[in-house]
Amino acid sequence: MARKATATKAKTQPNAPQFTGEQDLEAFREMLLIRRFEEKAGQMYGMGLIGGFCHLYIGQEAVVTGITMASEKGKDAQITGYRDHGHMLVMGLDPKGVMAELTGRQGGLSKGKGGSMHMFSNEHRFYGGNGIVGAQVSLGTGLAFASKYKGDGSVSLAYFGDGAANQGQVYESFNMAKLWKLPVVFVIENNKYAMGTSIERAAATTDFSMRGASFDIPGEQVDGMDVRMVYDAAKRAIEHARSGNGPYILEMLTYRYRGHSMSDPAKYRSKDEVTKYRQERDPIEQVRARLLEAGVITEDDLKKIETDIRAVVTEAADFATNDPEPDASELWTDITIEA
Amino acid sequence: MPQILMPALSPTMEEGKLAKWLVKVGDTVKSGDVLAEIETDKATMEVESVDEGVVREILVAEGTEGVKVNTPIALVLAEGESAGVAPVKETAPEPSEAPVVAAEKANDAAPAAAVPAAPKFEAQADPDLPEGVEMVELTVRQALNEAMAEEMRANPDIFIMGEEVAEYQGAYKVTQGLLQEFGPQRVVDTPITEHGFAGLAVGAAFAGLRPIVEFMTWNFAMQAIDQIINSAAKQLYMSGGQVTAPMVFRGPNGVASRVAAQHSQDYSAWYSHVPGLTVIAPYSAADAKGLLKAAIRSPNPVVFLENEILYGSTGLVPKVDDYVLPIGKARIARKGADVTIVSFSMGMRYATQATEKLVAAGVDVELIDLRTLRPMDSDTVIESVKKTGRLVTVEEGWPQGGIGAELAARVMEQAFDYLDAPVLRVTGKDVPMPYAANLEKLALPNVDEVIAAVNAVTYRS
Repeated sequence: MARKATATKAKTQPNAPQFTGEQDLEAFREMLLIRRFEEKAGQMYGMGLIGGFCHLYIGQEAVVTGITMASEKGKDAQITGYRDHGHMLVMGLDPKGVMAELTGRQGGLSKGKGGSMHMFSNEHRFYGGNGIVGAQVSLGTGLAFASKYKGDGSVSLAYFGDGAANQGQVYESFNMAKLWKLPVVFVIENNKYAMGTSIERAAATTDFSMRGASFDIPGEQVDGMDVRMVYDAAKRAIEHARSGNGPYILEMLTYRYRGHSMSDPAKYRSKDEVTKYRQERDPIEQVRARLLEAGVITEDDLKKIETDIRAVVTEAADFATNDPEPDASELWTDITIEA
Repeated sequence: MPQILMPALSPTMEEGKLAKWLVKVGDTVKSGDVLAEIETDKATMEVESVDEGVVREILVAEGTEGVKVNTPIALVLAEGESAGVAPVKETAPEPSEAPVVAAEKANDAAPAAAVPAAPKFEAQADPDLPEGVEMVELTVRQALNEAMAEEMRANPDIFIMGEEVAEYQGAYKVTQGLLQEFGPQRVVDTPITEHGFAGLAVGAAFAGLRPIVEFMTWNFAMQAIDQIINSAAKQLYMSGGQVTAPMVFRGPNGVASRVAAQHSQDYSAWYSHVPGLTVIAPYSAADAKGLLKAAIRSPNPVVFLENEILYGSTGLVPKVDDYVLPIGKARIARKGADVTIVSFSMGMRYATQATEKLVAAGVDVELIDLRTLRPMDSDTVIESVKKTGRLVTVEEGWPQGGIGAELAARVMEQAFDYLDAPVLRVTGKDVPMPYAANLEKLALPNVDEVIAAVNAVTYRS
């Protein structure tokens, strides 16, 4: 049900919508791939293979996984900020191409010219990977504008963080999205910290699901650590947008385990806080426990999945390590298209 | 046997202190477990395990300072591995030596590699007009309006958005009649939201539409400049050629009349600085039409700089079905042998009037209208300077880092031996635009300044 601009508080819902065994299995695989990929990326950063900024998605896996499961792959467009590796993996982009972009090699998704924060795929309808905080909200609203203009029935999923939620252009976009009833779902990934600044120290109101209230955009707060809750809310939001009712806001209450980027000393939060999330709320462990409890799968089956995913990640890392850097001639290509 | 290596906190870190071990020999660890803390003078970071297994050996004791990046600091045995052998398991591979070597190689190789030459832009000539073609007198405003209407008729993906473009018929009436012909879906009035609607239009271009974004004036586009540069201009490059933003950002640029500092500014040099953008600044009605049509068809983001004062000026426009001009080609407005004057947009008015007076005084001026600022048609300028040996540039913008400065640098680099005098720039004065009528007049370039500059470089004064 599409609620008016009133938020519902997240809790670990005893009456959470149930997943079939198959859905749980799919979610488990996708989230584990992100987790292992990001751990490997962290390791490769430490080895000097990845340069610059590297923002890991560890802890937030349920958000993009649940939303993508609720969307139409290949039809609905997605766009996010710089914490983008997980989005691409779930959307089906080749992990080798993603990792090789992180290492700046010719086989990277952007031929090594974009890096961690700038990757795109027309084919998968993924529009980045945007390095400027908040820019993707206007751009994502534009993807929805194009959808409505062409009448192709697609929905735009625009992700941004609690930090970006304080940017001016977000509200300019909210206004136009509602004014023109554009099919866009604004997904606020509230991981509590904009770099090192907690939401309490940066936001006058910390219930981000209410940020569309003055534009009459409905919003919900969602337990972003439970992939079932994410999926359920996303289904509702996407349906709302697709059927011509305009935008919808989903505030995903989530948590990143790692620093903002690799060089983040994380002095702004306590170890206990991190540990508590990891031990009690981990999105992957929740699914693992469910799968075992329901007898969908055995410990051995899980081991096999782990092994398979590890192999995919290892292959990606090896490729990204050994693939050559882009040819020097690439310096001058892709600046403009010759008419 | 997987080795845990000393990680780098940043690409520049070379060594650090192993502050603390959080595991001991014999502990079982899994992915994500924190193994140790390392410190530099700037930050502290946790080393997490990527592999699963049992800690076999601690190689660097806690408290050790100056541990080099990529030094093995511990050994973790994967499940099933025995201590005596180090089998390489496909499923739990150890980080090989290869990455480190590759990284070093990459870093070493970088400074040694020669920079490949930039590709040269080859401008095309203007199309030949049919014999005896009818010339119609149009204002620049009408020419721009016709260009948009013609292109919108030809391609349904083209739409225009901006403040007051539809119901109001355009703040400067450039979009007059478009709403009536194309309807509100394709002629979209926006809220006063430059940053937001510029970004929205870029997103629509990513998804296959062909937006024309009208800024009521380019002064207000300062609110949107992030989206123009960071999203539109750089998109093709940072996506490795995958995602494009074919679109036009247009509106009046430059000095208006008596509107003071915040509403009177020339952004030509700003946008011409940016790779990925095409920047066009026409002067005549014919160029306004032919180049706006080309801009709308361009597969690249185009910044199209019009001029409020020129909107009402008239010129002859060829009456042909499809008048499209090449982007990146300067126009020689008058051929001459004594001195080259280069300008564009409103600067051409001062340059043209000065040329008339100079020619009457016996100076054979060659006058060039750049028309496009990026890509800049240096060839036409260089060839001219090789002939005349003298260059004067004229623009309304500020002098530092201006178009004239760029032209002077190119001529110095490519035609130094041909110069018979220093290049002189006639520009707007290096001040915010004043309001008072007398001061505003002083801040602008003028015909006398152009004449004085020409006299100076021809040693006539």
